[in-house]
Amino acid sequence: MSEPSELNRRRFFAVATGVTAALGAVGAAVPFLSSWQPSARARALGAPVEVDLSKLEEGALMRVIWRGKPVSVLHRSGAMLERLSNSDAKLRDPESEVEDQQPEYARNPTRSVKPKFLVVISNCTHLGCIPVSRFEVAPADLGPDWVGGFFCPCHGSKFDLAGRVYAGVPAPSNLVVPPHSYVGDNTLLIGVDTEEAA
Amino acid sequence: MSNSSIDNTAGSQDNGLLAWIDARFPLSKLMREHATEYYAGKNFNVWYVFGVLAMVVLVIQLITGIFLTMNYKPSAAEAFASVEYIMRDVEWGWLIRYLHSTGASAFFIVVYLHMFRAMLYGSYKKPRELLWLIGMVIYVALMAEAFFGYLLPWGQMSYWGAQVIVSLFGALPVIGDPLVEWIRGDYNISDVTLNRFFALHVIAVPLALVMLVVMHILALHEVGSNNPDGIEIKENKGPDGIPVDGIAFHPYYTSKDLVAIIIFMIIFLGVVFFAPEMGGYFLEHANFEPANSLKTPEHIAPVWYFTPFYAILRAVPDKLGGVVLMGGAIVVLFLLPWIDRSKVKSIRYRGAGYKAALAVFAITFVILGFLGTQPPTTLYTLVSQICTALYFGFFIFLYVYSGTEQGKPVPERLTYHG
Repeated sequence: MSEPSELNRRRFFAVATGVTAALGAVGAAVPFLSSWQPSARARALGAPVEVDLSKLEEGALMRVIWRGKPVSVLHRSGAMLERLSNSDAKLRDPESEVEDQQPEYARNPTRSVKPKFLVVISNCTHLGCIPVSRFEVAPADLGPDWVGGFFCPCHGSKFDLAGRVYAGVPAPSNLVVPPHSYVGDNTLLIGVDTEEAA
Repeated sequence: MSNSSIDNTAGSQDNGLLAWIDARFPLSKLMREHATEYYAGKNFNVWYVFGVLAMVVLVIQLITGIFLTMNYKPSAAEAFASVEYIMRDVEWGWLIRYLHSTGASAFFIVVYLHMFRAMLYGSYKKPRELLWLIGMVIYVALMAEAFFGYLLPWGQMSYWGAQVIVSLFGALPVIGDPLVEWIRGDYNISDVTLNRFFALHVIAVPLALVMLVVMHILALHEVGSNNPDGIEIKENKGPDGIPVDGIAFHPYYTSKDLVAIIIFMIIFLGVVFFAPEMGGYFLEHANFEPANSLKTPEHIAPVWYFTPFYAILRAVPDKLGGVVLMGGAIVVLFLLPWIDRSKVKSIRYRGAGYKAALAVFAITFVILGFLGTQPPTTLYTLVSQICTALYFGFFIFLYVYSGTEQGKPVPERLTYHG
């Protein structure tokens, strides 16, 4: 009925139409899928947050909201800082080697810019619950080896007072240290990096 | 008259309106194909009521859901208060909401029993593999629907449940974190997340569910219903072309289903009126407190229908591993028609090994469900790990065992025993 060249021509048109339609469908999906990204407003609300630390007593913890996430600021006492190294052997990442969990300037034994202030995003790195503060040493439920830290009530993950995760718990990594810096002695700025030279 | 291209013979001659419709829409044809001349095995037992009950619950959820949206406000600032408003101030609002919240649990009860029926009588086996796959997609869509709906009251458990479930996707390598941010539309669960979950809960997923249910029924009516003996009734037809062991769906099974629906509604309404919270299992206590992004409840657990999978998640002391096993627990169900290699469908004629294994599997599922509601203690975690092994062990055992299974001879005709 049709010559082979005519059939080839038909097949070419069929494939070309199909490919064009598929490309169009992919293109049309882009705006819809992109609309699920954080909006301009959500990003604007992600602006830096200023925190006054002058009233935060030794051993106390405060929570502030940054980008909708709770950020814990803990004023560590000298005793708390001394106990930090006691837990090293039981930690999964004592040297903070996983890079995404903290900015470079917080990659030190206390995971902080100023050793006495720990600034971490409160959400557990497992599934996002907020670990509770358990700063007491050797409580009955957490055992005699507990030197103080954070305990997640959802799935039992444990972190030390530098937000470093213990081995053998569901959470895979240390608590996240957000970008932060200090303006003067007592003002913390969450969301702005500490300058390398400063 | 005879020149007309419209064929009137399909409808009855003496009914003018029906004939008029039949010439324009295949009403009588559909009724015959799907009801009055759809033949099903004559020996259906009580296990065969849960499909129709699932459809009844779907209708309850659609109707009550539509009316709830008329007073509910999908915004973080107003959601919790609007639910309280429905409960206290809207005329009969408490009833509409309790029907909907109890309906969610009822949906999973009947769907789990419906799925277990398929496992009892091999209803997923050739030629019903696609029927089973469509059913599994319905089950997954139902889980998504329940999950999206659970965020809407914006209580503490809504919020933290969503936080945990959405974070599961963060366990995926590389794409995890951007994916979680994309799902939330924000840096944390927020008003944005609530608003989009509302859209998914009231439009997208219900639309998909209804279409999937239609596909499920079309697939069922194409291959024909299985029965407690697991015999293909179409292979034994009388001179009239009707399966000798079949009876018409309507009026025989519609009247049987009506009895089941009445009994179901008595129990269902009993729960709605006297125990809508079901001791914290249908409506969790922590959810009577508004969402607070700064404080996680002491003990968080999903609603009971997710707890078996949640227990599997918690049994693994590794984030990615837990998520993979939890997903695997659902994926493996999709593969059931190919894991079970036995030609014999019904448990009545299968080997003792299958009977024992299915019993252990069912008990394991219930124990996992219980463990998922409890706080993780050392003992419970150990039991969860054993049960997780048994859950997956069932499918491994089934694949091996069904290859050489020795059962009883399958009869030629349907029976009424058992």
